[in-house]
Amino acid sequence: MRKPQKETEQSNRTITRRAMLVGTAQLALMGALGYRMQSMQIDQADEFRLLADENRINIRLIPPARGLIFDAKGVPLAENEQNYRIVMVREDAGDVEEVLGRLRQLVAIPDDVLADAIEELNRRSPFVPVTIMERVSWDDVAKVTVNAPALPGITAEVGLSRHYPLGADLAHVVGYVGPVSDFDLSRIDDQDPLLQIPRFQIGKTGVENKLERTLRGSAGTRRIEVNALGRVMRELDRQEGVPGADIQLTIDAELQTYVEARLEGESAAAIVMDLETGDLRALASAPSFDPNKFVRGISVADWTGLTEDPYRPLAAKTIQGVYPPGSTFKMITALAAIEDGVIDPEETVYCPGYMDVSDVRFHCWRRGGHGNINLHESLKQSCDVYYYDICQRVGIDKIADMARRFGIGVEHDVPLSAVATGLAPDKEWKRRVRGEDWRVGDTVNASIGQGYVLASPLQLAVMTARLATGRSVSPRLIHTINGVEQPTGAGEPMGLNENYLRRIRQSMYDVCNHSRGTAYRSRIVAEEARMAGKTGTSQVRRITPEERARGVTSNADLPWERRDHALWVNYAPFENPRFAVSVIVEHGGGGSAAAAPIGRDVTLQALYGGEPPLSAYPSNVRSRIAEQQERIRNRIAPGSDAASQA
Amino acid sequence: MSYLEYQVRYVPSGLRKLLYLNWPLIILLTAVACAGFLMLYSVAGGSASQWMEPQAKRFAMGLGLMVLIAMFPIWFWRNMAGLAYIVSLVLLVAVEFLGETRMGAQRWIDLGFMRLQPSELMKIGMVMMLAAYYDWLPLKKVSHPFWVLVPVVFIMLPVMLVLAQPDLGTSILLVVGGAAVMFLAGVHWAYFATVIAAGVGAVVAVLESRGTTWQILKDYQYRRIDTFLDPSNDPLGAGYHITQAKIALGSGGWTGRGFMQGTQSRLNFLPEKHTDFIFTTLAEEFGFVGAFALLVLYGLIILFCVISALSNKDRFASLLTLGVAMTFFLYFAVNMSMVMGLAPVVGVPLPLVSYGGSAMLVLMIGFGLVQSAHVHKPR
Repeated sequence: MRKPQKETEQSNRTITRRAMLVGTAQLALMGALGYRMQSMQIDQADEFRLLADENRINIRLIPPARGLIFDAKGVPLAENEQNYRIVMVREDAGDVEEVLGRLRQLVAIPDDVLADAIEELNRRSPFVPVTIMERVSWDDVAKVTVNAPALPGITAEVGLSRHYPLGADLAHVVGYVGPVSDFDLSRIDDQDPLLQIPRFQIGKTGVENKLERTLRGSAGTRRIEVNALGRVMRELDRQEGVPGADIQLTIDAELQTYVEARLEGESAAAIVMDLETGDLRALASAPSFDPNKFVRGISVADWTGLTEDPYRPLAAKTIQGVYPPGSTFKMITALAAIEDGVIDPEETVYCPGYMDVSDVRFHCWRRGGHGNINLHESLKQSCDVYYYDICQRVGIDKIADMARRFGIGVEHDVPLSAVATGLAPDKEWKRRVRGEDWRVGDTVNASIGQGYVLASPLQLAVMTARLATGRSVSPRLIHTINGVEQPTGAGEPMGLNENYLRRIRQSMYDVCNHSRGTAYRSRIVAEEARMAGKTGTSQVRRITPEERARGVTSNADLPWERRDHALWVNYAPFENPRFAVSVIVEHGGGGSAAAAPIGRDVTLQALYGGEPPLSAYPSNVRSRIAEQQERIRNRIAPGSDAASQA
Repeated sequence: MSYLEYQVRYVPSGLRKLLYLNWPLIILLTAVACAGFLMLYSVAGGSASQWMEPQAKRFAMGLGLMVLIAMFPIWFWRNMAGLAYIVSLVLLVAVEFLGETRMGAQRWIDLGFMRLQPSELMKIGMVMMLAAYYDWLPLKKVSHPFWVLVPVVFIMLPVMLVLAQPDLGTSILLVVGGAAVMFLAGVHWAYFATVIAAGVGAVVAVLESRGTTWQILKDYQYRRIDTFLDPSNDPLGAGYHITQAKIALGSGGWTGRGFMQGTQSRLNFLPEKHTDFIFTTLAEEFGFVGAFALLVLYGLIILFCVISALSNKDRFASLLTLGVAMTFFLYFAVNMSMVMGLAPVVGVPLPLVSYGGSAMLVLMIGFGLVQSAHVHKPR
């Protein structure tokens, strides 16, 4: 059956015509494809090339080595210690369970640590190294390395971690580092990408915290090529970061260690400050804590122990603690009055043992009274009534003003956490904060450093330094940063009457060296080391009439937390002053008994640059001091005597 | 139907047929396949054994199959058209029950030595069926509504089965390929105009209905459309593949990054880099020059098919050749549009270049038919 010729021709014509149409459409579509190629590959090539590079190139940070912290003599206070960790790459391990099982036969891994590690192993991509255990010993590293063939995917790596060689002795000053937390990130305005590194260590307290940016340095970067899964294919280039700056503190570690040891057993603080430069040579708060525990991650038991201790080991009492300064404030009241001219230094006030001010009876510490007493005697014997009198003449605003000139109620610029401002109260303050008018009784209380007056041990040390020099010395904690000397705290002359200052200093000298001085028992007999000081006792709570009726008359009868705070300030040597010292013993009782001996010992230690000769002490206390010195020696370096003898 | 239907003056016989093969077409096919081998070598990261060697073996087999088919006279194949169509249809039904599910769609029948995709086979089966149908149908009945409905049924039967798999890409290819053969056979253009108008109307209705009370599609389906229209909306989700593909393409520039230097493919940013998205690697490594050259090669293959078809007076042979060419065209046009972000990702391989057995086999069978038509054309 042959198709008609005519139909075939017609069919061919149709097909040809239609094929041309289809062909044209196909050509048009291919043209569109070609045009699209052209526009993407030529017109937008740069844009897409950039996107491709962004795709494949990751920037990884190289954490810089944290700056070290030294004391004034170069003793390391915070250093970076190498530590070893065991790391596992899941995809190299094959059977993860079995390899971990073998690892556990070699290295003791706590169950919880292992559980965390397994969880992280399962969460991360198989090629990401996951830390199984940190801070393993060198022995364990050796075991892992020797058994490497049986432990596929497991390697020992070395890293840096912070270590504080002096431990608790400088915990409050140096502080400690810890892994950056979400809380830290929300609190600090810091765009540094280093903070995004998981478990990156940043300063949490103290100098570590306040000089974080200086110590941290800046991150280096590593440009790496990654594939779509994030696996590192190769390193393209690297730029080293800048390590953190080393910091030298003004602290004398040896003195600091001594002071911490001397304060042991008390809830106390003591400061040694260089009068010339304001350098803080010792800034001791007791009890203290081991900052290394925080770096490793403190256990709940340890943490509870620290927070529930009534002696508050975590508080840096030197700068954070504020106390009524008690009689150590009398110099301020006296200076305010004599500078103002309301009383002549030789003028006497009669002390019957009390003073009635608007129907309230204010007692002198000596119930029998001091009789007629002038400025010199009032300081030496710490008469209270004298100050009850003169404070009413000069008024609280001038006293508060004088207090602020001496650094009380003023925030000192030291790079430590939560530096307390204290309080030099005045009329305006009470109206503003309490909404009440100032009363005369408030002035009377303030005149002897009670009532609203609050000062930190640091402020008392600064006050003493300014009294001793007549210059507005301010504290300095940072000696050098990366070898660059920081400005000293030697201040300008305060413009006070030098004659009056000399009278105050003489009185303070007699406090220690006159037989009727309140700190005569804590005197120094070495001529070149004689000190001038002032005792203070600040009431935590009045003894109530009911208690008095029950026979409670002295501190010793009260529970610890209601006993008076013992305070002490001094500078030495008297003739050529070098150091200002302040001491507070929380609930220690009387300043002369509890705080002055500490001040004396610390002063001598600072002046002699080590253990002072017994000849510096009065002969009647030398045997007791000798025992004490030996005890402290043993506490600082246990067994060192035996070692030196052998 | 005998030999004598045609006004055959001379038809080669025996091995002489080899001389009458459409050699330029063979060379072009081989050139495209070689480009494919090169790219498979590259995306395997310099490994020949992973994809290149199996692909080369399959291509060699395909060439053999093509020549073998070309040795059989074209009228034999015309007589086989119905059988081919029915076998393909049966396999499509079988795949519903026996098929292996892969990537969420039932497409494969495991034959042991290879996995067969009946939907691929159907592309050739349907073209053969339609060509034979129009060869048989008297020319004046072509546009008669009943005789238009019959091929529509031929097309829609397999399309329904493929859609059920579900495989949208192949369905579209089948519909458009079948419609093209109908158009070429001379069915009145008004039918096509009506269907296209209805299609456009449906799309407009779907888009316009969004957010109204008579919304036609589900919300997630609209989101897919959004992603297609602007992949950057969802760069890590559904838009990820297409965004990465475009980056690879675009970053090729004029001459590309160099053989084996494409970062997008080497670092695994590209999806399906050895199958559907292989064109992106080629465009990345050889740039506009390489990509456009491939397009030209494809165009030449179409051109040689069209020349062969138009010089062939046999209606079946012409329609079959044009139908195969159209199928081939649809493969690469849809694939390239897809990877260049001009069409949604529907899963169509780049013909002769993408790694895969079924498509290669089916295309070589198709070109075998084209060769048979060429060798046995009435002279």
